[in-house]
Amino acid sequence: MKLSYREALRRGLREALAGDERVFLMGEDVGAYGGCFAVSKGLLAEFGPARVRDTPLSESAFVGAGIGAAVNGLRPIVELMTVNFSLLALDQIVNTAATLLHMSGGQINVPLVIRMATGGGRQLAAQHSHSLEGWYAHIPGIKVLTPGTVADAYGMLATALRDPNPVLIFEATALLNLEGEIADDAGAVSIHDARVRREGADVALITYGSSLPKTLEAASELAQGGIEALVLDLRTLRPLDEAAIVAATKRTHRVVIVDEGWRSGSISAEISARITERAFYELDAPVARVCSAEVPVPYAKQLEEAALPSVAKIVAAAKGLVARHG
Amino acid sequence: MVESASAEATREFLMPSLGADMEEGTILAWRIAPGSRVSRGDIVAEVETEKAEMEVEIFDEGVVARILVEVGQKVAVGTPLALIVSRSPAASRPATPQTAAPTPPTPEPRPRPAAVEAKPAPPPVAPALTRERKRVTPLARRIAEELGVNAEALRGTGPSGAITADDVRAAAGAAQQPALAPAPAPDREASRQRVIAALMERSKREIPHYYLGASLDFSPALAWLEARNRSRPVSERVLPAALLLRAVALAVRAAPEINGHYQDGAFHASPALHLGVAIALRGGGLIAPAILDASEKSLDELMRSLRDLGARARAGKLRASEMSSSTLTVTNLGDNAVDFVQAVIYPPQVAIVGFGTPALRPWLDREGGLCARTIVQATLAADHRVSNGHRGAVFLKAIERALLAPERLA
Repeated sequence: MKLSYREALRRGLREALAGDERVFLMGEDVGAYGGCFAVSKGLLAEFGPARVRDTPLSESAFVGAGIGAAVNGLRPIVELMTVNFSLLALDQIVNTAATLLHMSGGQINVPLVIRMATGGGRQLAAQHSHSLEGWYAHIPGIKVLTPGTVADAYGMLATALRDPNPVLIFEATALLNLEGEIADDAGAVSIHDARVRREGADVALITYGSSLPKTLEAASELAQGGIEALVLDLRTLRPLDEAAIVAATKRTHRVVIVDEGWRSGSISAEISARITERAFYELDAPVARVCSAEVPVPYAKQLEEAALPSVAKIVAAAKGLVARHG
Repeated sequence: MVESASAEATREFLMPSLGADMEEGTILAWRIAPGSRVSRGDIVAEVETEKAEMEVEIFDEGVVARILVEVGQKVAVGTPLALIVSRSPAASRPATPQTAAPTPPTPEPRPRPAAVEAKPAPPPVAPALTRERKRVTPLARRIAEELGVNAEALRGTGPSGAITADDVRAAAGAAQQPALAPAPAPDREASRQRVIAALMERSKREIPHYYLGASLDFSPALAWLEARNRSRPVSERVLPAALLLRAVALAVRAAPEINGHYQDGAFHASPALHLGVAIALRGGGLIAPAILDASEKSLDELMRSLRDLGARARAGKLRASEMSSSTLTVTNLGDNAVDFVQAVIYPPQVAIVGFGTPALRPWLDREGGLCARTIVQATLAADHRVSNGHRGAVFLKAIERALLAPERLA
């Protein structure tokens, strides 16, 4: 069955609402407007205003309400319009949702799912285009999911709802129109492991989320030049699948990390450090990174394109590690 | 806890690299035995490379604990040759009474650096040139250890010239081939020639040479030298060749970009001048050992160095430091009745200075009057990646200036 990433998200939401009375969706414009990215279009009509709730522009308040609902037995799905606005709810997410289980000595868990759009590529300028999922991956007590395929966009929500603890899902704005096949019997997917999306022995391209299609395209281009790139889709940034990262390094001995976040203090830095810790003696070249330029994401189309990771930059970075010099 | 003054550290004395192209060496003789006390600069062994026989100095202080490689054995650069036991670094730091250094402050108590001291870096062979650590990837290092290959001696083909796993595997594969068929009896002359061939081939392949030449009036300098020699015993007389070396040593100051090494895509200027001197060997070979710190030497000292170097080169008694550290080379074909030489640069150096045979020629003096003068043609072959014709001309002009004011050459 062919679906777009957006349709896959909606299908996941509809099945979650239909399958469990305790599940409800709330957020800004998720109801009457159908979601500002049209993900929840039609759900209000189908499930009614008690299950699909429009909220005021008050991220801290409605994330806090979601935490309260979760603690009291419901299974809320809270939508934050973009990762930039999630910063208004940072206190609820980091100081409350992530800590309650630990601070209550294991008595109070928070089965909350928070979805938000992330990343650039659609000319939404600096306040709607950033990729801050790497920040959240710093926080113990939450899980960070970054679907980069249609199947993961569809299947990760169900698994997240089964998790007894807070799960954040970062939906790539740039991938909403991406189309892909999913099996007719597709369903919940594992959220604990990375996946090799393409096999190769010359260089490993490690990526996630919005950069995955670009990275796969770069791998195809590299193959035309005789370079076989392995593409590892991390899928989950916290907890990181360290074993998969080490295995990819051992297989190829050269690694390019593609991350739409800024390079400084990023998840790509964390991955690079883990490779150094766990697979240093496997490296036949320094770890290379393709990240976003260290500027607020520009509005102008050509500047935005220049600021974000691109197929050409990924190809160049991989060639720089593989090409023989001298 | 304050370190005990008697804390001992064992260091490995490694087969040094006696030139950029050296991969292995054979121990011809040991000058030390277990129990010998050694100090920095002592000659401890005689080593034969494909190029020459050389005396090898040590850069550690201490007592020889064990000799690890016997006479006649051929080992790779970097192989431990002997174990030297020295007192803790703090205690064994050589006292330098000639420089009245202030008493160092009492060191902060800190953990014994024994683990760090266990594997010292190989002794520096070119003390004045700070070399960058060779780029060997972690995987290449690991595989090199497994295969017994000295990765540091290889040429890297990876990013930024890094030595990669493939480079190590290729070297290991190459090293295994001679084992299949017994190598023919080594013909030392032929193997030396092969080394020079490889070096010269590399030079012409990699270095974009440019050439300059100038006819210099050598008469005033020769007249000054003759007068100076006349008052001296024969053994202390100075040859014109030394005068030319002295002029080069002074001229380098005007053009520092011809003195140094081009490595890893960049020029590294050398603060010191180690002046290589091409010396023809009996049997037709050629060798270019260095006069170390040539710019610090007076004319008489240069003459002594030149004489000493020639004698030892022909006797096969050159030292490691002299073979590996030249930063600029001079080739003087003065005995051969040639007008000029367009020389080939020794990599990784960036220039070579040539002198033809001084000869009496018709010359015009400043007033346009015809006269007879002894003329020597000085040539410069230099690396256009580092300098250019204009800078080279400044250098040749500085040689001319030095030769026209010979009293300043003493």
